Amino acid sequence: MNWYSILVQGTLLGGLYALFAIGLSLTFGIMRLVNIAHGDLITLSAFVALMAVDMLELHPLVSLAIVIPVMFGLGYLLQRGVLNFTLGGSILPPLLVTFGLSVIIQNVLLEGFGADMRRLNAGPIEIESVTLPGGVTVGLMPIIVFAIALVSLGGLQYLLYRTRLGRAFRAASDDPASAELMGINKNHLYALAMGLALIFTALAGVLFAMRTSVDPASGPIRLIFAFEAIIIGGLGSLWGTLIGGIVLGIAQSIGAAFSVQWQILAGHVAFLVILLVKPDGLFPRIKD
Amino acid sequence: MTLLSTHNLRAYYGDFQALFDVDFAIDAGETVAIIGANGAGKTTFLRAVVGALDCEQEMVQFDGLPIGRLAAHDVVRLGIAMVPEGRKLFPSLSVEENLRIGGDYSRRGPWTLERVYKLFPILAERRDTPSTALSGGQQQMVAIGRALMSNPRLLLCDELSLGLAPVIIGEIYARLATISAEGTTLVIVEQDTNRALAAADRFYCFQKGRVSLTGAAGGKQTIDRATITAAYFGL
Repeated sequence: MNWYSILVQGTLLGGLYALFAIGLSLTFGIMRLVNIAHGDLITLSAFVALMAVDMLELHPLVSLAIVIPVMFGLGYLLQRGVLNFTLGGSILPPLLVTFGLSVIIQNVLLEGFGADMRRLNAGPIEIESVTLPGGVTVGLMPIIVFAIALVSLGGLQYLLYRTRLGRAFRAASDDPASAELMGINKNHLYALAMGLALIFTALAGVLFAMRTSVDPASGPIRLIFAFEAIIIGGLGSLWGTLIGGIVLGIAQSIGAAFSVQWQILAGHVAFLVILLVKPDGLFPRIKD
Repeated sequence: MTLLSTHNLRAYYGDFQALFDVDFAIDAGETVAIIGANGAGKTTFLRAVVGALDCEQEMVQFDGLPIGRLAAHDVVRLGIAMVPEGRKLFPSLSVEENLRIGGDYSRRGPWTLERVYKLFPILAERRDTPSTALSGGQQQMVAIGRALMSNPRLLLCDELSLGLAPVIIGEIYARLATISAEGTTLVIVEQDTNRALAAADRFYCFQKGRVSLTGAAGGKQTIDRATITAAYFGL
């Protein structure tokens, strides 16, 4: 067993899991909304990309130019039209409504596209590989995905800590009522937050469907990976989410090295172990 | 010229009525104190004015416009800012970010970071500290500065003296005088009656959700202590 190779592959896979998780982490961090439909929105993004690729004959990466604005708009409308009405009281209404949304998205996709596994074909780039120092050969695609994850997290970090909008997000996260007194329209701000979250979802969905096949029912397991990455990294910590994704990716790679059946299970076991020894995750920020 | 007035203002928390037919008026440039015991409705009154609490459209008039139904984020853009009770700074924002967010989404005008730092020099020294690391008095300065950043025509101050040492309270009230001298209209809500009456031109005394007494304050005060005490406690 080549441990170095396993670590590299697992780390690169962790980048994708971090992309799964960012959107979920963002909506929870800003408005305490746990989005059960998050995984299905990842799948939906992949299917929007499939449609764009089929109809316009685009490369999947180019289709992001369509998928990202579509998902942003959808996120804005979803939050403004539905989810805002579930916030402010108990945490149950958003859970129930997004659970319902999850079922709706799965069934709409099933109705529209059938139950077949589908995949985004990225062309020759898929079989390109690079030999890293130390003699490990890795695919170019996983490296691109990891790079996109790093750039996304960096961009989000900049947005949250260096811009006016980011200040508003953090202020509303602290105290929504006082944020209103500052002239911040909470309903609009929350809708922007969901739109932003779905930009990352769009990235995750497209890159994911270039790596593996998706079908209308593949959302919930992505949701679980996203949850696990967030919890391992520590709630509210941006770079912790990346570390959480990487821990999950490495655990799965180690599991897969023993036997393919062990891949998913090894990730869950790593999650449970971290939950046991460090229930707040590795880099906790949000205490409540 | 009347800047803000309320007419038969009624406000509720659920089924509980907290304000009963409050009539209030303040002229541009004036400083008015609202005094009253705990639970008299002072904070509720401010919350109704800034739009954080629902009331009917015609019940609150600002600069001739009925604003009772406006949302809080729209009211601040018209030029009403509040320094909330307990300061309510944003704990994950630094001192400077707390000040900036006051101006980010509100009115343009003469107040800038530089001017707030000139008013409260200590805040310039501590601009990058988390707001939670400041002393109570410094936090109160940030809360006032944050409200000023929205360039208010009317500034509502809720219990500025709460939990602060007398020397700090004196310093903060001295700054309020500066702010008032520059043309900002002030409403000061206080439980510390002496402090409020000394700083104001006129006062309203609230008792159980109603105005129980109103009159001149400061140098022109004509109503004696005993009458005010009676209106304060409802004796």
